[in-house]
Amino acid sequence: MTMSEQVPGTNRATQAVDDRNTTSTETTGGHWMQVTDVAAYYGDRMAISGVSMTIKPRAATAIIGPSGCGKSTFIRCLNRMHEVGLGVNRVTGSVLLDGHDIYGRSVDPVQVRRYIGMVFQRPNPFPSMSIYDNVVAGIKLTRSPSRTELDETVERCLNQAALWDEVKDKLKASGASLSGGQQQRLCIARSLAMQPHVLLMDEPCSALDPIATFKIETLINELKRQYTIVIVTHNMQQASRVADETAFFLAGEDRIGKLVEFGPTNQLFTNPTDSRTEAYITGRFG
Amino acid sequence: MADTGTLSFKVSPVSPLAPDGRYLARKFYGRFMAGMITVAALVGVSVLWLILGYVIVRGAPAINLDFFTQRPLPYGEVGGGIAPSITGTLLILVVAAVIGVPVGLGCGIYLAEYGRGTIVEVIRFCSDLVAGLPSIVVGVFVWALLVRQVVGNFSGLAGAVSLSIIMIPIIVRTVEAVLLLVPYTLREAALALGVPKWRMVISVVLPSARAGIITGLVLSVARAGGETAPLLLTTLGNQFFSWNLLEPVGAIPIQLYNYAVAPYPDWHTKAWGAAFVLISVIGILSTLARVATRGNNR
Repeated sequence: MTMSEQVPGTNRATQAVDDRNTTSTETTGGHWMQVTDVAAYYGDRMAISGVSMTIKPRAATAIIGPSGCGKSTFIRCLNRMHEVGLGVNRVTGSVLLDGHDIYGRSVDPVQVRRYIGMVFQRPNPFPSMSIYDNVVAGIKLTRSPSRTELDETVERCLNQAALWDEVKDKLKASGASLSGGQQQRLCIARSLAMQPHVLLMDEPCSALDPIATFKIETLINELKRQYTIVIVTHNMQQASRVADETAFFLAGEDRIGKLVEFGPTNQLFTNPTDSRTEAYITGRFG
Repeated sequence: MADTGTLSFKVSPVSPLAPDGRYLARKFYGRFMAGMITVAALVGVSVLWLILGYVIVRGAPAINLDFFTQRPLPYGEVGGGIAPSITGTLLILVVAAVIGVPVGLGCGIYLAEYGRGTIVEVIRFCSDLVAGLPSIVVGVFVWALLVRQVVGNFSGLAGAVSLSIIMIPIIVRTVEAVLLLVPYTLREAALALGVPKWRMVISVVLPSARAGIITGLVLSVARAGGETAPLLLTTLGNQFFSWNLLEPVGAIPIQLYNYAVAPYPDWHTKAWGAAFVLISVIGILSTLARVATRGNNR
């Protein structure tokens, strides 16, 4: 599956609608992203600079690096989440989804996020909704789905998130009644319900215990057969367990985060080309 | 027990844990302060019970079925009630809420979710100023505008408008405060699903803050329900049943005032009775709100 299989000229909206009507995305080639020379600014201060990488379809790409290296800022630039809340007010460079600029002049950030979902550090199910409603919150709040579609989506997504067996008898219970690990899988199911092209995960296990972490990692390895996943993690072992490709970010003296090295996970961990990568993965700093 | 295998340790002759003089002083001071705080708490609560108890004791003789169902009778005639004032107060409060709740809620949502920079400070400041306005000033303003100009006479509508002016800043402040308590991560979660912002506010933020919002609304209604000064200048009061918002309408605080300033002991008892009814109406509203918001929140 090379990039050229995707037809850049295809109208993205039409393409997206087609995907939605296909019950299995196995028939398509998967979705890829191309990041070129991205820089982000907090006010006048540059936070990340000159980041370029290709995010391969149906694979997990890990972003590792010490605190303050701009990994979270970067992943938010991939679905324009930085535009809400976070103080980032300017992003330069280009970010393409299947060849189409998500920062394009006529592109609505709300639309971008329907195709590029995100799972956050701390599980954040909607406390006022049941487990069932949490899963379908996205489709319910963006269109008027039928009852059958809702039921099907809930079962499909909870299965995909490996949560169905644990909650199938209490779908009406509050999402907040679940354990932390279950809540995080509920949040993953909620993102999957939108049938995203790409799933971004910002340190999804940092608030979880090792057993819950293991379940999420197993899940990621399962999901990447079907979805394109980008995961930020401060845990290098996690990157090596789930990611096909890994990007190492580092902020220098100037506190500007840069992409130091990017390549197949195996190669980056066993045979890094940059001395700073080697220093980081062997635990000499960070 | 001193033998712990190969090592043994000496027991220190002086315990480092023995109390010293400062410890006892600290302990005394701590207990003294706790006692003072407890007394303050009891005084605060007892004021409520004193007022409530006194109102009940003085008002109880006036309370009977007629009091809730009959209209007031002229002095000298036995019996009669304050029913037109009860229905009038409910009518005025409903209309005031219909005007005040959308404006207050909208303004609170704007401040918490949409406003940025100076405009937020300006709105907040103005809202606080309105909250601080003496209610009689609100009454005079509405009197000059509605009673003298637009409607042309004392009216229930003018009363409702003046009460809504009193309600709005209370609603704005509580709504803004409870919306800001909703964790930012929930907004992020909704936006990351590609939910438009307005939909996020309505379907995620507002339901999460439901209990707080309802409490704020009830608080504002309770506060407005007890206002007297603006009503004297706007609705005037009415001894007869009236559902016409363009005519004078009765209200419990006005009836209470009229009874209280009269020279007749019977009317004084009725004034206490009216006070009891006023407290009860507000108490019932608050309790209903509590019951309605109990359960699936949190």
